[in-house]
Amino acid sequence: MIKVENLSKSFGSKRAVDGVSFEVGTGEVLGFLGPNGAGKSTTMRMITGFIPPSAGSVSVCGLAVQENPIEVKRRIGYLPEAAPSYTEMSVLSFLRFAAEMRGLRDEGRSSAIRRVVELCHLESVLGQTIDTLSKGFRHRTCLAQALIHDPEVLILDEPTDGLDPNQKHEVRTLIREMGESKAIIFSTHILEEVEAACTRAIIIDRGRIVANGTPAELKARAATGKLEDFFRSITRSDTATESA
Amino acid sequence: MNASWAAIWTIARRELAAYFESPVAYVFLVIFLLLSGFFTFTFGGFFERGEASLAAFFNWLPWLFLFLVPAAGMRLWSEERRLGTIELLLTMPIAAWQAIVGKFLASWLFLIVALALSFPIVVTVNWLGDPDNGVIASGYVGAALLAGAYLAISCMTSALTRNQVIAFILAVVLCLALILVGFSPLTDLLARWASPWLVEAVSRFSVLTHYDGFQKGVLDSRDLLYFLSVIAYALFATGVVIRNHRTG
Repeated sequence: MIKVENLSKSFGSKRAVDGVSFEVGTGEVLGFLGPNGAGKSTTMRMITGFIPPSAGSVSVCGLAVQENPIEVKRRIGYLPEAAPSYTEMSVLSFLRFAAEMRGLRDEGRSSAIRRVVELCHLESVLGQTIDTLSKGFRHRTCLAQALIHDPEVLILDEPTDGLDPNQKHEVRTLIREMGESKAIIFSTHILEEVEAACTRAIIIDRGRIVANGTPAELKARAATGKLEDFFRSITRSDTATESA
Repeated sequence: MNASWAAIWTIARRELAAYFESPVAYVFLVIFLLLSGFFTFTFGGFFERGEASLAAFFNWLPWLFLFLVPAAGMRLWSEERRLGTIELLLTMPIAAWQAIVGKFLASWLFLIVALALSFPIVVTVNWLGDPDNGVIASGYVGAALLAGAYLAISCMTSALTRNQVIAFILAVVLCLALILVGFSPLTDLLARWASPWLVEAVSRFSVLTHYDGFQKGVLDSRDLLYFLSVIAYALFATGVVIRNHRTG
């Protein structure tokens, strides 16, 4: 479904993503782990076609992102980091906008909105301006936008960031359920989330993949049997000085 | 083709709604109508002219628009960048040019509505005298094109930065430059030492030179072409800026 080959991205002299390759199939939920600034968001932005790669290629559903950007974008639902939305709009008009941009009209539009409103529990705030919503609702509004066209591929950049424990649990459950029929990549800092929702995890550090396996496999590689210890042993904090 | 215009129209509708959902639209309309009325009836010498025309109104528009149009256009892209919604917009199944055109058309339509709301002046002139309404109509066409040219430049500067103030100032400076190259006090100064053909060539780049034709009631295809090319060029540059920004 998603095939990433040797993907690299440089900003000036800084190499944000450096030769990343992996594949995600339908029915898989890939957890994307790594310290801040490791290149998670940059990789996801290249998959969604928001920024072009410096080298390497991405294909989604057999289509190359660089050659067929619009066809690829049709198949992807994307929740950008920090869940941006047009804050002066109401939830309903924002979802209508998203649906129409995805080519949904009339009955198709209404039923799509009904479906995502139920999935993301937005019934109570439909008429409210996004500006006035709590962070949890704003986040779910943006998530609803990503699900509106029932895409085959979901790219979620920190979907649980800023949510309370109950909301986190709900979003994880949602991801796991949707993962049965879609290909999903989601990034997170929270290691338990990987165990709770992923079929596979990739740990990325300073632009490179440093581990790739099922949560159980990764845990087994730590002496203590804890994912957190494994994570800390193979990644460096951003305060550590560059050795190379 | 059809689907691509549907997406442009969806973007334009959202943008128009954004104007009216915030106080921006109303503040803009009130200020525009107050100032244009003020200039027309005081400095414009509406009554002293002793002629039934809208010259007093149209003469001031290039200067009034110089500040008001960048104010209406400055948020178009910088707001998208500040909120991060540009990432949503450009990962929708559309090409960047559709978003650029959609946003531009929405703002242009808004400015045309503002212009249309100056109709009481037209009614007044018709009531007091017997003006040439053909000239008035062509004056409005020129004013709409002028607003479009300023707006396209504002789109471009808005794409350059997430700071609306910077976008505004850059747009004013660029639009002012387009006025000044054909502003007679300045071109007269230039004419003292430069050869006439140079002065002529420089002033051809000015919005004033081409705007004046419309105010005389002359619909010249070269004037039309000038404004449309400024719009097309500035929107194309907007596309380049947005692409470069993403390339990093």
